[in-house]
Amino acid sequence: MHIPDGFLDAKTLITTAVVSAGAVGYGIKRANEKLGERQVPLMGVTAAFIFAAQMLNFPVAGGTSGHFLGAVLAAVLLGPWAACLIMAVVLVVQCLGFADGGLTALGANVFNMGVVGGILCYYIFVVLKKALPRTRSSFLSAVAVTSWFSVILASAVCAIELAVSGTSPLGVVLPAMVGVHALIGIGEAIITTVVVAVVLSTRPALVGSYDLPIIPHPAGGETQ
Amino acid sequence: MSKNMKTFIFVALLVSLFLAIFISPFASSHPDGLEKVAENKGFLERGEEWAAWKSSPIPDYAVPGLRGDALATGAAGLVGTVAVFLIGYGLASIIKPKSVEQAKGGPKGGQ
Repeated sequence: MHIPDGFLDAKTLITTAVVSAGAVGYGIKRANEKLGERQVPLMGVTAAFIFAAQMLNFPVAGGTSGHFLGAVLAAVLLGPWAACLIMAVVLVVQCLGFADGGLTALGANVFNMGVVGGILCYYIFVVLKKALPRTRSSFLSAVAVTSWFSVILASAVCAIELAVSGTSPLGVVLPAMVGVHALIGIGEAIITTVVVAVVLSTRPALVGSYDLPIIPHPAGGETQ
Repeated sequence: MSKNMKTFIFVALLVSLFLAIFISPFASSHPDGLEKVAENKGFLERGEEWAAWKSSPIPDYAVPGLRGDALATGAAGLVGTVAVFLIGYGLASIIKPKSVEQAKGGPKGGQ
């Protein structure tokens, strides 16, 4: 859902750019206080995985494709603010390097995928996690539901931006965007849940939001 | 960084590179959700009239000048994945707390 130049009007572009710049700035400040040694390479490789996985468009109904977003994956591993930074890095490289997403719409894209997809959805994830029993499978269920919902929420915000910009009426664009992204979100949920489950069973200490006791890996690989 | 951590990062990076280089040529070329909605609702052309940034070295995930779509796409995946890894790693290295370096030799550091 990378917005190109020309879809949004000036007030929407400026508003989302200001909020995104603030979120990225605050994210840098928070990371400056919290980032641990092992999170440094993890941030690099999470960003790289998200970029790679975003290239893999999968077909959904009616001649449409969708691709991975990755914001909830980043947030579950590294927290909401690092997730926003990671999404910003991916989006800047895609915009400047690959002509994917407009330069004027960069702030809106970071807002939709980093601020809404990463930060806001992280807190939805936390609420959901607390409402569920404290088990590994509940944790993974919360990951699945939140990652599915993150795609829908980001697409709904994108639709609102299009409507506010006068590009398409809300009653037309909102159901269309949410409808197709409810399907794309299924792919998001599968990829995110599988990746988090794999990391949990190999290097559980890297799943920053996992607060259950870590059972030592049978192979003795866990040093935490 | 512990040896286990290095191994994890290395394997995760290899998986990412594998996806970007060898799987991306098989990705669906159908329009994505937003493009399809824009097409159906008649505002797609608004996004095709102009672009604020025209100097992308690898427009549309295909390295210019490479023969064959698969090669051009795979090469784009390689370049992009490495670039994003280095920028993400570099940014995190710059902004991590200074105390992380000092803590390495301290009582809580070292593994």
